[in-house]
Formats: sequence, C-alpha cells, structure tokens
Amino acid sequence: MMQTIFFVFAAVAVGAAINVLVQKHVMYSALSLILMLTAVSVLFILLRADFLAVIQVIIYAGAIMVLFVFVIMLLNLPQDEDGADRLWWLKFLGIPLGLFFLFLVIATLWNVESSVDTRAGISGSAGAIGHSLFTDFLLPFEATSLLILIALMGAVVFAKKDL
Amino acid sequence: MIPVGWYLILGAVLFLIGALGFFIKRNMIALLLSIEIMLNAVNLTFVAFSAQHAQISGQVFVFFVLVVAASEAAVGLALVIAIFRNRESLNVDRSNLLKW
Repeated sequence: MMQTIFFVFAAVAVGAAINVLVQKHVMYSALSLILMLTAVSVLFILLRADFLAVIQVIIYAGAIMVLFVFVIMLLNLPQDEDGADRLWWLKFLGIPLGLFFLFLVIATLWNVESSVDTRAGISGSAGAIGHSLFTDFLLPFEATSLLILIALMGAVVFAKKDL
Repeated sequence: MIPVGWYLILGAVLFLIGALGFFIKRNMIALLLSIEIMLNAVNLTFVAFSAQHAQISGQVFVFFVLVVAASEAAVGLALVIAIFRNRESLNVDRSNLLKW
C-alpha cells in the first residue's frame, strides 16, 4: 500500500518536473511546478514529516509560487526565445553529462545502507521541530530573520523604478 | 516498507532534472523554477536521511532551506522585473553587459 502511494507520487513528481522543462510558456511551467511540490509534500507525509508537508503546501505552493505566477502575469512575457540562442550545442553536450552525473550519484547512493525502516523514525510534528529550532538551532533561526529582512529590503530596492 | 534508497534515487533524479533545466532553458523565470526543483530534491534527501537516522535535525534544515528559497525567489523575481524593465527581454543571453 505504502509502496503504491510512493510510486504513484514519485511518478507524478518526476513527470511534473519534466513537464516544467518541456513547456514553452513559463506560466505552464509554474503550474506544473506546483503539481510537483504537492507530490513531494505527499512523500514528506510518507516519511512522517507532517509539519514539513504542511508548510511545503502552504509556503512553497501557496506563497512562493503565487509570487512567481504574479510576476509572470505582471510582465506580459513575449513568446519563449529558447531556440534563438548561440549556445544551442550545449543541449547536446548537457544531456549526456547530466546522465553521467546521475550515474555517479546513483553509484554513490548504492552504497548507502538502505535497509533501515523509514517508518520507525521520528515523527516530525510541529512541536518536535519547534523544540529543536528554539534550543539547538536558536542562532541560525535568528540569523534567518535577518536574512529575510535583507531579502525584503533587497527586493524593494531592485524592483523600485527610481529610488 | 519503503527503503531510504528509493527516496535518495528519486531526489537524485529530481535534482538532475532541475540541473538540466538550469542549463537548457534561457528564460530567467524558467531558471528560477529549475532552482526550486533542485532545492526540493535536496529537501527530499534531507527528510529521507532524517527518517533513516531518527534525528529531527534534517527536518530543521529543510525549514532553513525553505526560508532561503523564499528569499531567493523574492530577490530573484525583483531582479527579473528590473531587467525586464530595462531590456524588454528575459533571455539570459541578452543580458551580457558585464561580459568581457
């Protein structure tokens, strides 16, 4: 049962990710990416990372992708100019190199001890993550707030017409 | 029961797709979308290892990756708007003012 769910949603994730690359218009790519994020959140639930599954849907699919879609619709993009570039041969070089990279990664992963039961792990509830966040990871957490503040100011500075 | 290795291989495949997209696509927004795919692949790997070792730290790291992804999207899209306003194009090959 669990394996069936895993395979279905893994296939959905990979298919949607490929669809992101295949689509000509960026809008369809963004919508396809939302599908991929949702499929990955189901995999998070299978790994008992409930809190992450929820914030994956709320923050990633809900907030970040809305930002993307908003910008895409704001800019009124011209048609995709993918074919007109100088570096067209990179596609034919890139795909074999990418497959080689995949081979290297899978050859490494083959040695990972994978027999361990993933269901016996911890449950990633909001309480557990919050406790770890405010004890062991307090300094990175505070640094995160600074990062968000800087990103906020940077976005305003870049997007403003004349400052 | 699902072995951890399956999650890792799925993460590797998703990362590969994201990296391929980053090299193939020329549209700036499509590049940002490819980065999001790669970040998600890494998140999946983090959570899989977190489940394998029964430690919550991996999931906390996913939280940090999420924050960085949000800031990256905000700043990146602001840059996209600024470039589109000046160039009327989002092709990364056209933005070569600093290229030697």
